[in-house]
Amino acid sequence: MSTATVDPAIAPAAPAKPTGNGVPGRNGYEPNMVLATRTFDVVGTRPVRHDGADKVTGRAIYGADVQLSGMLHGAILRSPHAHARILSIDTSRAEAMDGVLAVVTAGDLPPAEDKLVDVGEGDTRLSYVHGNILAKDKVLYQGHAVAALAAASPHVAEEAANAIEVRYEPLPSSMTAPEAMRSGAALLHEDLRMKEFGEVSETPSNVADHFMWSLGDVERGFANSDVTVERTFDTATVHQGYIEPHNVTALWNHDGRLHIWCSTQGAFVVRDVTAKVLELPVSKIKVTPMEIGGGFGGKIPVYMEPVAALLSKKTGRPVKIVMSREDVFLGTGPTAGSHVRVKVGASSDGKIQAMDATLAYEAGAYPGSFVVPGGMCIFAAYDCENVAVDCFDVVVNKPSCAAYRAPGAPQAAFAAEQVIDEVARKLGLDPVEFRLRNAAREGTRRVDGPKFRRIGCVEVLEAVRSHPHYSAPLGGPNRGRGVALGFWFNVGLESTCTLNVNSNGTVHLVEGSTDIGGTRTSIAMQAAEVLGIPAEDILPEVVDTDSVGFTSVTGGSRTTFATGWAAHDAARKVVSEMKARAARLWKVDASEVEHVKGVYSAGEHSTTFQELAGKNSRTGGPVSATATVKPRGVGGSFSANIVDVEVDPETGKVDILRFTAVQDVGKAVHPSYVEGQMQGGSVQGIGWALNEEYFMGDDGTMKNSTLLDYRMPTSLDLPMIDTCIVEVANPGHPFGVRGVGEANIVPPLPAIANAIKDAAGVRMQRLPMSPPEVWARIAGA
Amino acid sequence: MRLTHVRTTVNGQPTEFLCEPRQSLLEVLRDSLRLTGTKEGCNDGNCGACTVEMDGRIVPACLVLGVEAEGSEILTIEGIAEGSALHSVQAAFLEGAALQCGVCTPGFIVASKALLDRNPDPTEDEIRLWLANNLCRCTGYDKIIRSVQAAAIRMQQETAS
Repeated sequence: MSTATVDPAIAPAAPAKPTGNGVPGRNGYEPNMVLATRTFDVVGTRPVRHDGADKVTGRAIYGADVQLSGMLHGAILRSPHAHARILSIDTSRAEAMDGVLAVVTAGDLPPAEDKLVDVGEGDTRLSYVHGNILAKDKVLYQGHAVAALAAASPHVAEEAANAIEVRYEPLPSSMTAPEAMRSGAALLHEDLRMKEFGEVSETPSNVADHFMWSLGDVERGFANSDVTVERTFDTATVHQGYIEPHNVTALWNHDGRLHIWCSTQGAFVVRDVTAKVLELPVSKIKVTPMEIGGGFGGKIPVYMEPVAALLSKKTGRPVKIVMSREDVFLGTGPTAGSHVRVKVGASSDGKIQAMDATLAYEAGAYPGSFVVPGGMCIFAAYDCENVAVDCFDVVVNKPSCAAYRAPGAPQAAFAAEQVIDEVARKLGLDPVEFRLRNAAREGTRRVDGPKFRRIGCVEVLEAVRSHPHYSAPLGGPNRGRGVALGFWFNVGLESTCTLNVNSNGTVHLVEGSTDIGGTRTSIAMQAAEVLGIPAEDILPEVVDTDSVGFTSVTGGSRTTFATGWAAHDAARKVVSEMKARAARLWKVDASEVEHVKGVYSAGEHSTTFQELAGKNSRTGGPVSATATVKPRGVGGSFSANIVDVEVDPETGKVDILRFTAVQDVGKAVHPSYVEGQMQGGSVQGIGWALNEEYFMGDDGTMKNSTLLDYRMPTSLDLPMIDTCIVEVANPGHPFGVRGVGEANIVPPLPAIANAIKDAAGVRMQRLPMSPPEVWARIAGA
Repeated sequence: MRLTHVRTTVNGQPTEFLCEPRQSLLEVLRDSLRLTGTKEGCNDGNCGACTVEMDGRIVPACLVLGVEAEGSEILTIEGIAEGSALHSVQAAFLEGAALQCGVCTPGFIVASKALLDRNPDPTEDEIRLWLANNLCRCTGYDKIIRSVQAAAIRMQQETAS
């Protein structure tokens, strides 16, 4: 239940003016612009993050650093086959080895009831969660966990895991969405029936879901179009690629309580899903979220926590399991490979008349490919009366998909934004001008139903058009420039925050959102703004699930937005209580006490927050306030890129020469970390566009499961990533925050493809646009 | 398995440990010496999260065996700060918001310090080349490169004064 109200102290919108961080750029202009519309005292400044010292000295304790008395080490045996029936599992040889204390297989899990479970950002069937944790009758992908054990050392555990004998009957596999959708394709789940427009079909299928949205009449729209472009696009499976592998330590204590330490985006999700899987009440489980080394959506699912818990239960000792990098590639993530068809028609006046798409996404082994948000986002940036979107969620013999930064949207944008680019070219219109003529704005209806509230699509495009990069000369042959636009919803979900006032006027802030990118500080700053004290005087702490109210995942770009809102509300309660304390001190009515920027006054009386806090013990005791939020005022974010590339015509290698990311974030609470999100999302998008892919052999196994061969961008591959923060305040948030984490990964894929088209004249329809792929297109053109 | 006795200097302190011949220096640092600031990202030398300095060279600790450390001097992230004061590279990383999740940060700081020890005034390209062994998935490297540049200026000013 939301207790939040919009802060009346919000200043009215002022004209946008660039304000940067003062670091000079190479190109003779400010590389990091902030087009601020409202200024505050703390919100919008750049304090050093509160956990900074721990993280630059090696003191911060991450999940793999956990060390407990008597701790054992676990290892997980994974399937070597993409698809196989498990005929038998013989653990006797492993169990007989010195130092091995316990083994578990799927049979040790309680039977999965057929019910839905909330896995962080939506519901899925409990049986799928079970099946992914430990395979039961079949393995559905290479890397599918089959058995686990606990031993005295990690080396013994690994050796013993390899001594578990599993007999498999290999089965034919279905590796891509088009392949898995064909009749006669190898079926992953014999009991999976396609849900089609709400009806459940009778024959088993790899298509878990088929649904469609439509608006207006696309046939008529195409009939009214002077230019129509239709193309299909494919994207490879890619991984979130966080540097810290998954890890867990579990202690099933002798009092029956289970304590889990792990690296997760959502401690409460781990608690609640583990409780469902192990059939425990949530009150029996405490999850301590350790520092987390990246997630990007991939550290929302529960993989090893129930396994470590069962091993601990069997041994009576704490058990730690840390994945190898290969385990991470094979057993976690990735994001969906996709097959997308897009058709767009426009009239000669530059108005889009119809948009039509079919999206088929690979869910991996269990349903849930994020094709739903992909379909909702694909045309969201455009105001068009006639739209149809057709979506297929398809299971294939790859790891079960996890969220990855704006999940589903980049694949959709790769297709749609290239077709938009082509239509603009055919109409002879500047691609930004064409987008502006058709841009979504307040009141535009999306194909999935809702009408946009205040959004910044137009402002983002205008910032692109007026950015110095957009008009700069390219300066050489084989070079090209591309632009693209992307959208992501952002989410609200639920958060709790508690503030405890100390006697010296500092405030301890207790919250449950794991901090992946500086959110301790962006949350603390919102409390500081309300209290009128420096950000440094708020001392934020991320705590375990026993020590704070329910808080949803750090995901969906929601943490600064929602947990920050809870901090704002808790701070308002503190202000209200401090007014009462001042009133008691001065023997006036509380309604006479005013608060402005940390100074409390009534008539002749005046005092500071710090002075008042020092008297709390005399004026009524400790001051502490908790607020919970379930915000409805979520504001979607638009993001655009300008990218210059050089294409080597002899090798097909694409170099990024210059890159500008523009994003409407509502209000940048800490602009440095907002820029960091934009830069990080951009570079993940660049990797997805140019290099990254699960390179699959004919047998359905991954051939590049190391960080040498799965080629993520290095510092040497990139230029500086320039940013332009656009602030179109979200009317649904006290400081106008929208959220920044995700929309920035959406436009790089098509922006780079459009730049390649500009440079080399070829339209790239497959990701990654690696040298052989680009070279082949140039050679074939 | 028989353990080997190894004598080293870690962060300026004479340090002895026992290890199995198959144990990496990374395992020894983290599990035996409890210096968990050095991180494991891949265990095959491709991510740079475990970068330490060994006898003046930067190495991925996962590709060095514990027994190979006999007689050598090792510097880890825990030995970078100068007493209670942060090293210029550490301070510049904080000022420049050069970290998000922070798990690659120890490796980047050890590697950046080693660069600036050798080359006090590196170009952007020299920094990018030197740090190409260290993967960061959060920042897109921009703020890391800028923070190394800022650290270089800071260190030059310290030397000059």
